[in-house]
Amino acid sequence: MAIEVPENVLVSRLDQLANWCRKNSLWPMPFATACCGIELMATGASRHDLARFGAEVMRFSPRQCDLMIVAGRVVMKMLPVLQRIWEQMHEPKWCISMGACASTGGVFDTYCVVQGIDRFIPVDMYVPGCPPRPEQLIQAIIDLQDVIQRGGTIRGAEFETRQRQQPKRALVELPVLNQPLHRLTTGGGQRI
Amino acid sequence: MILPSYLLALKQDFLSATTSEYIGQLRLRIPADELQSLLTALKQRYEFDMLIDITCVDYLNYRGATDRFGLVYVLLGTESNERLIVRTYLNEPDLTVPSAVPLWESANWLEREVFDMFGIRFAGHPDLRRILLPPEFASFPLRKDYPLQGRGERHNFPVLTRESA
Repeated sequence: MAIEVPENVLVSRLDQLANWCRKNSLWPMPFATACCGIELMATGASRHDLARFGAEVMRFSPRQCDLMIVAGRVVMKMLPVLQRIWEQMHEPKWCISMGACASTGGVFDTYCVVQGIDRFIPVDMYVPGCPPRPEQLIQAIIDLQDVIQRGGTIRGAEFETRQRQQPKRALVELPVLNQPLHRLTTGGGQRI
Repeated sequence: MILPSYLLALKQDFLSATTSEYIGQLRLRIPADELQSLLTALKQRYEFDMLIDITCVDYLNYRGATDRFGLVYVLLGTESNERLIVRTYLNEPDLTVPSAVPLWESANWLEREVFDMFGIRFAGHPDLRRILLPPEFASFPLRKDYPLQGRGERHNFPVLTRESA
């Protein structure tokens, strides 16, 4: 049975509509701890103008955000704060790990610097650089928008689940030179 | 060099104290058991009314060193504009010295930092907790026998997944 559709009506899927709304209104949560934060500010400012991509509304309350941008190194006293803020953000939410320090620890391979936030929270997009140019961060947001548009579902089924998730590298010990491995707790990843 | 008169008088009272000088800075070395009385005398009789810094040096594997830890007090007399560096040396297992908090309030956080990084204990400190590192931290990271990459403390956090958050 053919239904007459007027010219100004488009047919789409509900998932596509939700993704289109979500990707064009990402509200970033700036978790800026180091010099990457300066580039993050420059990205939001008038010269690079993140508003062109609908992501200019930086909110300092995690309740209002759906994109966490971790810009800078995270030390072991800051990580519980980061995890708490991530837990406070509403679904659907995404995370960009901006710069070498947030992604890998960078040059700070010392006892108190977390060697990549993706060991402890989910990360959707990594931005290389030390610090990255604003253009790189904009490209990451464009790529993230593309990911959301292509793979997103209205119920969030695209997000990784415990079954699909690869074993986290945090559960694998880094070798320490000439030292026996020592953990504060026996179970991996238990808060003490 | 010519010692100032207060230091000559001080050396009469503390016979085990030795002085030295390095690029114009006066240094006074004292055994750890006389540290408390020396600091009290400096504060009360010689008017060193300001404690600039307390810090510590780990001399493990240091060339020519005989003691493990060197504890350094930097004092300033604001009336006389005299500066003096008091050093004492400690060895394991006796890493306890009397606290300087009754003499100078500024010693409070400085001693907590030395305790946090080196594990030197200050007897009589009102609140000897870690000041920079998290309270669960079990090591003293500025000791030379502590590995740079730590002993796994930085991996010891819960892993959040999409499901759990």
